Parts: sequence; structure tokens; C-alpha cells
Amino acid sequence: MTSVARDLPASPGVETRSIGGHRRARVRRRLFSRGLLYVAATGLALWVLAPIYLITITAFSPRPVVYGYPKEVIPSQFSTDTISFFANATGVLPSLWRSVLVAVVTLVASTIIGAPAGYAIARFAFRGRNAFRLTVLSTRAFPIVILSIPLAVTFIDWGIYDTVWSVALMHTALALPFTILITSSIFVGVPKDLEEAALTLGCTPATAFLRVVLPLALPGLAAASIFTFVLSWNEVFAAVILTLRERTLPALVLSQLNDSPIPFRFAAAWFMMAPSLLFIFVIRRYLLGLWGRVSR
Amino acid sequence: MAEIRLEGITKVFDKKVRAVDDVDLTVADQEFMVLLGPSGCGKTTLMRMIAGLEYPEHGRVLIGGRDVTDLPPRKRRIAMVFQSYAVFPHLTVFENIAFGLRMQRTPKAEVTRRVEGAADLVQLTPYLGRYSAQLSGGQRQRVAVARAIVMNPAVLLMDEPLSNLDALLRLTFRAELKRLVAELKTTTIYVTHDQVEAMSLGDRVAVMREGKVVQVGTPMAVYDRPATQFVGSFIGSPPMNFLRGRTERENGYARVHLGAEALTIPALPARTDGEVLVGIRAENVVAEATPTPGAIAARTEVVEPLGSHLLVTAIVGDQRLKIQARTDFPAQPDTPLWLRPEPDKLRWYDPATGQEIAAG
Repeated sequence: MTSVARDLPASPGVETRSIGGHRRARVRRRLFSRGLLYVAATGLALWVLAPIYLITITAFSPRPVVYGYPKEVIPSQFSTDTISFFANATGVLPSLWRSVLVAVVTLVASTIIGAPAGYAIARFAFRGRNAFRLTVLSTRAFPIVILSIPLAVTFIDWGIYDTVWSVALMHTALALPFTILITSSIFVGVPKDLEEAALTLGCTPATAFLRVVLPLALPGLAAASIFTFVLSWNEVFAAVILTLRERTLPALVLSQLNDSPIPFRFAAAWFMMAPSLLFIFVIRRYLLGLWGRVSR
Repeated sequence: MAEIRLEGITKVFDKKVRAVDDVDLTVADQEFMVLLGPSGCGKTTLMRMIAGLEYPEHGRVLIGGRDVTDLPPRKRRIAMVFQSYAVFPHLTVFENIAFGLRMQRTPKAEVTRRVEGAADLVQLTPYLGRYSAQLSGGQRQRVAVARAIVMNPAVLLMDEPLSNLDALLRLTFRAELKRLVAELKTTTIYVTHDQVEAMSLGDRVAVMREGKVVQVGTPMAVYDRPATQFVGSFIGSPPMNFLRGRTERENGYARVHLGAEALTIPALPARTDGEVLVGIRAENVVAEATPTPGAIAARTEVVEPLGSHLLVTAIVGDQRLKIQARTDFPAQPDTPLWLRPEPDKLRWYDPATGQEIAAG
């Protein structure tokens, strides 16, 4: 701006105009970059939403429409035939329920075990802390197949093979490294001063955690729980090995729908998708509701 | 209402760093004690041990005659204001102030009454419904103070509560804090590295250095008679002048040689012999434009007009000292001037240890 002003003759009118022109250019540039931002955001949203949308309309269309070409973007006919047929097919609803159960048990177990570990890593300096952080991750270095087969044997011994508990335990083991690492970084983000202030105001270490650290960590914990839930919900490999009849939904879909007609695959996809979307929507409230308030 | 007694407190970090080293300190009931020292001198660690947030390796902490050395913070009847304020971001101002009372299961009506009273004392009443993120730094500081005083603690601990405020606010709050604490009459320990804050607030000041308490006294006493060279140069702006000199006695009179110049004075501390450090405050040296009996010759190096007075840097032999001169003093760089220190304001220090050589 100064260089423009310097190059121009010292007449006030000209200078004012040039500054005005400059400002217009800046406004244009800002509008342009904001426009770019919206384009990018819309693109990203479409990337996620388009498949969800297509799966949903296909799942709720009558069968002939599914096979028809070209595809309709706005559905003209609505039908729950495919969905209800799929839902009533043998084993679908029970396996849906099992999947939910496994995911919830995984979520609870991995939080109960993982969050304290994450807290310990965040707050206490103990011998081998860094080594522990690495070892925790190394459990993910074992392929699930190698873990699953001996585990299947163990679970048969324990009598919990082919139950939701075996799958939930496996999923907890898979989720734990992430739960521990994510929660530890969340707890690091809660200033130690706040906890100490609570201690001087009459809290025991436990009540200080419950009344100060936990509420502040909640958004982060919510994010971690989304991660865990989705991990368990989508996990199919261990679920296939560890169950025979008591299949979770992905295991059932994988083993039984391979040869099914296309409409049922869409119905299955919708069934897989809907609960985790619902879960994310519920948890999202905690994410936004609290992050807005955490201080600088 | 409680006296604090620290007996031989030692805190060692990582098995080698002596953060606090064998400190004995007694703070009288209702006294306002300031712990003053440069950063890393152990003053905050010492306060945290009084709060119960750290535990000493050796020594005892007594509050109101009760040994609290091994008690957790909640059983010590203390309240603390943190340097970062530590205002809980998920609670409103009201709930922040009420936090401690709720932990004590105080009845609801009393909580409301006391929180409102405390908020009123620090002028927070209009903000009770806000969250920390909606407050300015000064308001957050008030929340921290209200949250502490609402507990009616036996001991109020403040860890550099003003250091995160801008200069103007700090000045206002300093006076406000002094009024508040004087009203409450709570025994208070206040940590700061700002010597002006320490002087203006404290009933007494404990100057710390490298984990040890070097001097305890009223602000005026510490200013006037620094126990060590360190205290003299840490407290006061400008710091106390220290000049290397050699003493000599001569039938009843004494003389201090400062390079080529010699100063004749009525008396010397008994133990002063040979090499000494002479300490003198800038305002205790009278500057003269012409040779005067009892004055030593010096040369003006720098003149800094400070409004109320001139700050003159003068050179005596090869040593520099800063003196205060009246604004009408005709000081010019590189001109001679004569300095007449007030004899009773001279302080004597051992050049080897930096300790004051006691009078008499």
C-alpha cells in the first residue's frame, strides 16, 4: 500500500482513489478466499454425505427402482419393503443388537481401563513412562489373525467363545492403545493448576478429578468414544473368527450377504451406517457444548 | 487466625536440586508476609509446601500450632490464589466461588449469602453468571481472590497474583488487595519477585535466594539495612551502590579509601579492618557542584532526568555509583562533581562473603 502511494503524484484526490481501489481489491480477495473456503467445505461435505444419501435412498426404494438406470437423485417412490424384508431376515435384528452391545461394552471397558492409564501418563512422572507409551501402541503391531486364533482357543476354554463378551474383549484390546493415548493427551490439556486449586478448596484427589478434570476432559473423552465405538462397530475380522452363530452385524453381513441381491446389500449398508451416525450425533452435543466454554 | 511456623524445611527435587534449603520462618497471626526473591529461588516451592501441594523432605510445617506437615491441602484450613488464577472454566463465577463451600456441604442459603458477600468485596456481583472465558484477566483474578477468601481460611496464600495483569491494573489491584487483606485480618503469605510489590504490601518481607531465606524484616528495615550485598542489590531501584574500599583507623576517626579518594567518617563497625564493601543508597548521597569538606571527588558519566529527581551515574576512581540529585543540580556528563554520603547511612559488607558487618 505504501509503495502504491509513493509512486503516485501527491494530489490528494488521486491518492484517495488509489487507496479506495486498493481496498476494493482487498475486499475482492477476501471474498474470493472465503468463496474458496465454502467450495472446499461443500466438497468435503459432499464427499461424506453423498454416499450416505445414496445408500439411504436406495435402501428405501422399491426393488425395480434400484435396478433401474439412470439412477434418480431425488427418489420418486418410497418403500420400506427391502428394509423390512432385510430386518426380518433371520438373525439380522439379533446381530444388530449384539453389535450395539459389543460396541457399548467395548466403549465402557476401554474407557474404564484406558482413561486412568491415560491420566497416569499425563500427570505422573514414573520410571519407564515413555517406554510404556510405546509398548502400549505395539499391541497393534500384531496382526488380528495371529491374536484371534489363540484367543479363540482361550475363549473356548473359558466358555465365552461365540458370545458378545469374547468379541467385546477383543475389541477392547484393539481400542485400548488409542484410548490410552488419546485420553492422556486430553488430560495433559487440563491445566494442573485447576486440579491443585480444587485440592486447596477441600477436594480429595478423587473428587478433584470428578468435579474438575472430568468435566473439562469430557469433550475429548467424547471424541475418543466416537473413535472406539466406530472401531468396534466396523470391526469384522475378529468378530468372524470369534463367533459362529452369535454374529455381530458386520460379521453377519460379510458371511451371509455376499451372494445376496443388490437391494439387500444397500439395506445392510444402511443398517450398518445408521446406528453409528446416531451415536455420533448424540455424542456431538458434548463435543461442541463444552469446547465452547473451555477457557484460553 | 493462625500463626505459621516453618522449622528446617528442605525440599530436594530429583535427588540433587535443593529448591528449599533448611528454612526456618515464623509468620505471626494476622501478619502479611511477603516471600521475595528472583525466579528459581524456591519461594513458590516453599509456599506450595505450606499449602500441602508439595511435601518437604525434612522439617515441619505448623499452622496455628498444629503440625500439618503430612496433611493434604484440604485439612490445613488454607486457601490459595494461583498465579494462573486457576478459575474453573466449566463453572460460572458463582459456582467457582461456591466450590469450596459446596465441598464442605454448607447449607444452600449460607452458600448464596457468603458467595454474594465475597463477590461484593471484590466487585464481582454483576458477573456472577458468567464463565471464565467471558471475563477479563483482572476479573479472573478477582474470582480467584473471592474463591479463596469466601472459605474464611486460617491462612491465605497468594502466588504472584498480580504478575499476569498489565501495569496499570497491577497498581490498582495492589492497593485493593492491601485494603482487603487488612480488613480480613487473615494471616497471609504472598509470593512475588517484584520488590516494589513486596515493599508496598508486606508487614514483613522474607528475602530468599537459592533456597535459603537471607533476611526477614519490615520492608523499611530490609531496604535500609540489607543483610547481604544480594539483598541490597535486589531491593530498591536503583539498587544499592557497593564500592570496594580499604578502611583505616586514626585516633578516634576512621577513614575509607576508595581508590585515590578517601572519606573520613566518625566511626566504623568494630570488626571492619582492611578490605570492605561500602553500601550506600542513591538517595543517601548528596551531590555538590563545588568541592566541599567531607565530600569525595567524582566525575559525572550519565544524567537521567526522572521528573521528580535526576539519576546521576558518577565515577569514583574506577567504580560507578548511582546517586539521586535534585532537578536543579547542574549535572553535565564528563564534568566533575563532589559526593557527600550521609555517614549514618553507610553500610559495611565483607567483600568475600557479601554479609553485612554488624555495627558496634
